[in-house]
This record gives sequence, C-alpha cells and structure tokens, in this order.
Amino acid sequence: MLTALAVLPARQLRAQAQPLVRFMNEHTLAFVLFDLLETSPALAGRPVQWDMDAWLGKMYNRLWIRSEGELLTAQRGGEAEFQGLYSRVVAPYWDLQFGARFDVAYGEQTRTRAHLALGLEGLAPYWFELEPTLFVSQDGDVSASLVASHDLFITQRLILQPRLEALAAVQEVPEWGVGRGLNRVDFGLRLRFELVREFAPYIGFNWSRLYGSAADLARAEGEATRTSGFVAGVRLWY
Amino acid sequence: MKRFTRRDFLQTLAVLGISTGIEALLPAYARSRPRVPAPRRPRRSPVTYDLTIAETPIRIGGRKAKATTINGTVPGPLLRFREGDEVIIRVTNRLKEDTSIHWHGVLVPFDMDGVPGVSFPGIKPGETFTYRFRLRQHGTYWYHSHSGLQEQTGIYGPLIIDPAEEPYPYDREYVIVLSDWTFENPYRVLARLRKYPGYYNFQRRTLANLFEEAREMGFWKALKDRLSWGRMRMGATDIVDITGATYTYLMNGHAPEDNWTALFRPGERVRLRFINAAAGSIFDVRIPGLPMTVIQADGQYVQAVTVDEFRIGIAETYDVIVEPQEERAYTIFAESMDRSGYARATLAPREGMEDPIPPLRKRPLRTHADMGMVHEGHEGHAGMRHEAMAAPTEHQGHRMPADTTGHHMRGGHDHHAGHAMMAGMMGGVGQPPGMPPEPKPHGDDTHGPGNAAVPMITRSRLHEPGVGLGEDGWRVLVYTDLKSLHPREDFRPPTREIELHLTGNMERFLWGIDGKTYSEAPESIRLRYGERVRLVLVNDTMMEHPMHLHGMWMELENGHGRHIPRKHTILVKPAERLSVLITPDEPGPWVFHCHILYHMEMGMFRVFEVSEPETATRTSS
Repeated sequence: MLTALAVLPARQLRAQAQPLVRFMNEHTLAFVLFDLLETSPALAGRPVQWDMDAWLGKMYNRLWIRSEGELLTAQRGGEAEFQGLYSRVVAPYWDLQFGARFDVAYGEQTRTRAHLALGLEGLAPYWFELEPTLFVSQDGDVSASLVASHDLFITQRLILQPRLEALAAVQEVPEWGVGRGLNRVDFGLRLRFELVREFAPYIGFNWSRLYGSAADLARAEGEATRTSGFVAGVRLWY
Repeated sequence: MKRFTRRDFLQTLAVLGISTGIEALLPAYARSRPRVPAPRRPRRSPVTYDLTIAETPIRIGGRKAKATTINGTVPGPLLRFREGDEVIIRVTNRLKEDTSIHWHGVLVPFDMDGVPGVSFPGIKPGETFTYRFRLRQHGTYWYHSHSGLQEQTGIYGPLIIDPAEEPYPYDREYVIVLSDWTFENPYRVLARLRKYPGYYNFQRRTLANLFEEAREMGFWKALKDRLSWGRMRMGATDIVDITGATYTYLMNGHAPEDNWTALFRPGERVRLRFINAAAGSIFDVRIPGLPMTVIQADGQYVQAVTVDEFRIGIAETYDVIVEPQEERAYTIFAESMDRSGYARATLAPREGMEDPIPPLRKRPLRTHADMGMVHEGHEGHAGMRHEAMAAPTEHQGHRMPADTTGHHMRGGHDHHAGHAMMAGMMGGVGQPPGMPPEPKPHGDDTHGPGNAAVPMITRSRLHEPGVGLGEDGWRVLVYTDLKSLHPREDFRPPTREIELHLTGNMERFLWGIDGKTYSEAPESIRLRYGERVRLVLVNDTMMEHPMHLHGMWMELENGHGRHIPRKHTILVKPAERLSVLITPDEPGPWVFHCHILYHMEMGMFRVFEVSEPETATRTSS
C-alpha cells in the first residue's frame, strides 16, 4: 500500500535518502504450511503425524517456526519437536537459519530436551527442496537431519511428492533412542490433488527404517525397526 | 463534468438508446454502440473535468463485483482535450483510503504528476485535489491511480489530446481500453504470489504434457530440455505472474461474453485507440481478416506500418487504422501473453453480429535466449521457439526497415567492435545516438539474493516479436518497426550513460532494480536539467517488464536515426539490453518503475530527480 510521506521540494530531495513511497515489500507477511498432516491407520498406536513450517517476516529476514511429530490416538504416547529459527536469505535460493529446538516425548513419563539448531533451507537444482540442519543438544550431543522433497506435477493439480527424511547422530543417547551414525531414514510417496493451491488432500505410502545402534535400541525395547504403511492426509497452507 | 452535445457525436449510426444493465454502468465510449465524440475545437478557456473516485458495485461478465471507480464506471470516463488546452481536473476522493490520479504519458509539472509521496501527498478521503496544467503534446494516453493496488480494482480511464492537424485522417474512431479484473482482493493476490509465486500458473510442464512434447521434439530432447530448466530452477512456463486462473480480461470494461461491439460502414477508415490499462497482463492483439496500420505508439505518431498482430505491454498505447471493406463482423482479439485467456470485442456493420472467436494458441515456452544463453540453441531444442538464437536478420528479415542495416547486421553470435570509436568521434559516449547497444556479456555483479541469476549475454531484442509470437505466418509488430513520423530536431549524442539492471527472484517474488527494492535503494538518481543521457536498461530476469518513466520521453534507440520513436513505456524482454535517450526538461522528482502493478508494489521502482534549470548546464555538452 502506498503511503504518502511528506512531499519535499525538488531541491531538498538531493539530500534525502529515505524512501518517499512505502510499498508492500516492506509489509510483514505470515505463512503457515502443513506439508504433512496425516494419519497412518495401519501403524501401531494409529499415529497422527505432522510437519509444519511457518514464517513471519518481509523479504530477507524472517522468523521461522517448525514443528514435526506424531501423536498416538490409540494409546497415550507420541513425540513432537518445535524449532524457533531466525532465517536470513544468503543466496537467491537459500536461507541460513539458526535458533533452538525443543523435543517433547509423551508416554509413561514425559521428557523434554533442548538443542541449538543451525541449518539451511532452500531449493537445489532440479527443484529439490532441501533442509539440512545440525543440532547440538543441551548435553552436548550432536546430531543432524536432512529433509528433501520434490514436487512432480503429473497434471496441473495432481502432484506426486517423494520425500526423504534422514537422521544421524554423533553420540548415542539411549533414553531418546538415538544411536551413533545413521539412525533413521523415512521415505514417502504422497499423491496430492490441489483442489485449490492451499488445500490438497493426499494419499501415500511411507517406509521407515532404523539403522545401527538406533535399531538395536529399538529391538531392545521390543519395537519394530522397519515400518511401512499407507498414509492419508491433507496438505494445507495459508 | 464536461458534457458532449449530440452534434459532437461522430457516428450517425449510433442512435441514442436507453442504456440498461451493465451498459448504464459504463461511460459512453465503452458502451456497445459507443459514441466517441469528434475532435474538439480549440478552446480559449480552461477545459474542466470533475472526477469522483468511489467504491461502486459493478458487474463483470454478469457477476457482481465491488470496484473502485471514477465517476461510477470501469474504465473511467474519456477525457478529451486539444493540444495547447489549459486543463483543470478536480479529483474528489470518496474512498476510505488515500487515492491519486497520474496522467500517464502526459508532460506536466512534477507537482501535477500524481504520484503520492513523490509529486504530492496524495488525496485524502473526502478531499478534492485540483490538477491544473497546460497540454503541450497530442495523442492517445490514459490516466490511473498511483495509490496501492487501486489500478487493479478499476481506477483507470482513457485520455485523448487531439492534434491541431491530423496526419492520418479517419472516418470513425473507438477507444479500446484493455484491462484485467480479479474478483479476489488484489492484496490477497499479492500475498499469495509472495508465498507461492507459481500460484496462478496452471500451464506448467507436467508429466502428462511431457508426452505431448515428446511427440513434437522426441522424448529425450523433451526430457533434456526440462532437466536443463530444472537445473537452473527456472520455469519455462513462467510467462506472466497472474493468469486467466483469476483474471477476467476486459475490453472497455466488458468481459469476452459481453461482446462489446463497435460499428462501422464498409469502406470507412476506422481508428482504434488501444490502451493497455491492465495491472498484470500483456496482450497480443489482432483482428483476424483485417490488417491493422499502426499510426501511433504511446501517443506519438509513427510512420504507418501495417501488421496483423501487435503485442501491447502494460501501459503502452497503440493507435491503428483498419479499413473493413466487407459487410461482415470482425473479432478484435486480445490474448493474454501466456494464452490463459483473452479479451474480445467485435467490429461489425450492425449490432448483434459476431465472427468466430479464434482458439487460444498454445502457451509459449521460455527459451534459452530468454536466459541470455549463447550456444544452447544449436542442440536439443528442435520444435522449441528459439528464434532469438538464429541471426535476427534471417528471422524477421522481411520486417526489418531498410535503414537499420547497421544494427541488424549483428547476429546474436558475432558482433563488431568499433561503434565506440565512432561515437567517440561524434563527441558522445557509447554508440552513436539512435543505435541499439552492442551485445554484452553480463558483468561479475550478480546483484545479490534479490536476483536469481544473470544472463550470460544481454543484447538488443528490439527486432524480435517476443515470446510466443512470430511463428503464425502473419506480420507482427516489432519495436524496430517504430519510426517517428517526424524527424527529431534535438538529436544530440548523450554525454553520459546510466545503466540499470532489471532484476528479480521469481522463487521469492522479489523484484527490483540492480538487485534492490526501492526501500533498499531510496537515493534519487540525479539528472541535470537539459542534459542528454542514455539510459541503458538490462533485463536480467526471465520475464518482460514494461518500464515507465514519468516526466520525460524515452527515445528508443532502435536504429532509425532522427526518426527515433518516443515512448513513455517500454516492454523490456528477458535478457535484453536496450537503450533510450532522455532529455530531462522538467525539474523535480520523477518516478521510474515497472508497470506490472505487483512488481512496482514489490519495489521495482526508483526516483529520478531533475535539477532546476541553470543556463550553464543547459548549453554545455
């Protein structure tokens, strides 16, 4: 929206370095995206899972809020993580982000922990959305995650999204089920239909596998190290 | 409000009927059976108009809409003057927000230019602002709000200044205001674009149409081409930001189904004054079966050139003369550049006639030429439009005017040095006045994250019809066709050059100049009164930008010497380098911006500041 500021005579303009007109690019914008909001009815505990990104800001500097996790609907349990990040555009397609992450695990007892987070968010050649992030926990444990996805347009509204999520850690953190090295890889294929751009129901299939000592820890707990199943959900943004 | 008497009406056929429905909501020239008054006699006393800007319910294609209107209509009333008239226009704001009116292409003192914050404080709700100036030009122009996104919601109208003597006589005339309408809130449209710039693009390359392309160019070539675009993170189908997915395209406020009709008698010379008053749409205009003779561009008479189609960038105007001989209807067809929709009207000897509406052409694809790539055209693009890759002389050869030899001898690949030397001998900088710039590799400055990528090489594309045009077997107007009717007296070489790069990052919907938005680079660009400057515009983006300079003409260096055409708005093609000569002759701040409303609103905007006249600077050089 144009806002009229004081009008200066032409002569005085020479010295001025303030914009005479304010445009919309200076207005703060808010964005919320649930890239995933889904249920996997076949999995134990019938989890509801989500992956949410939100930002608030203008052009180059934004506050990002991320959240992902799952809540079990058939029993008490679940986990969630929340990130609050300062995000700055550092290259045409890349944002550098840093901030904090909080984990919450529900179950017999509820546990929490905090991390510092440093990551990138952006678009790689061939239209791959990438989100590599490095974490250092309050106890000094170092871990890393990578989320990669791609939108393959089958038609103008029918879109197949392959999505890969990988977690790795430097130290073992048994109480959080974290092992050394590669911990977990999730790969999903989701087919969505954009009724409107902001609202797209989808179905998909997700494979999840634990590796190395993370898998050992899961086995010790009597949990499966490989899971897969259909998912159904909706992708939403505003 | 100036009222026209019946005697003024040119058309004897136009029986005054009772207007109903949508018709009552339109000014006289925009109704079916329109009445454009004849050129005015000279007047001694000031010509006065009263314009009231208010929110008004209107109908677009039968659907109710809420518009911001001028005197209750979209488009606003026709303002008609005669060269030399003293003009008084009182604009009253009945909106709840500030408004303004800018006289597009009209030379006025800076405080009458109507840009809030720059020329004046704007018009507050309830206030009346009186514009007063003397007209020192003639031609077809328009006027529009320069506040917020009001141009999208209806604040625009035509403005005609009749010359003392008409060089191209005609029997009948119509104003055709092209525009676009969205039923969405335009701020919502902009927010959506900022969050997801491809929001309105429903003509992407998909898996489904890969097979279609594979049939045309072979599977591997089709795939390879897609991969090469994917590698660059650029969309070959990014033609416009906002498409027919939300836009209804209008001619004189009429949706295509309303079929606005203009009448003629066979054998008459009919002058059509096209004005692109759209907020985000570039149109390709043609009248199947009827060649159009272009006589004016941006209000400036040009040497007549007959074409079958022309592209009209946002804010440009073209006046054409058609001479329909047959007793039949003709469709005036204006396709959006991305082929996602069209505006349409009919030229007919009687009401109620129509000619079939041509099908929309296939949406074009960007080419590697749009990225300023040099060698890609030779491999792997069979079936694609890569006309710009070939030497321009071969392509539009038959359209090239004879006296541009010096420039169109250059292809995209070879270029002679030596022009700089010539210019040096003539006492100016750069190439001699009137000559388009030589191709030039882009420098090392990639303009930061506000700019996605830079072209490898930028060069003149004035001889090219533009993306999606020129392959239909008919004549398409190109910028090198434009030759001023009269030679320019002041044809001094420039004493300095200012180079501005049009930049953007489509992924983030960032648009700017030299990688910066106006808020990041608010310093005025200073011009000395009376000096001669070459403004070099380099488009580093993959989209066309209709660049508009207020307060002074841009003389487009298209190779015609003293017949250099003057323009107020120039559609700069992707990866293009073009130059204009300017002579600042009115002191004050003047804005320069992209006339895609949403690009301006993202800060693709600068202020030029012209100094007060000093005799010394005027005569130097």
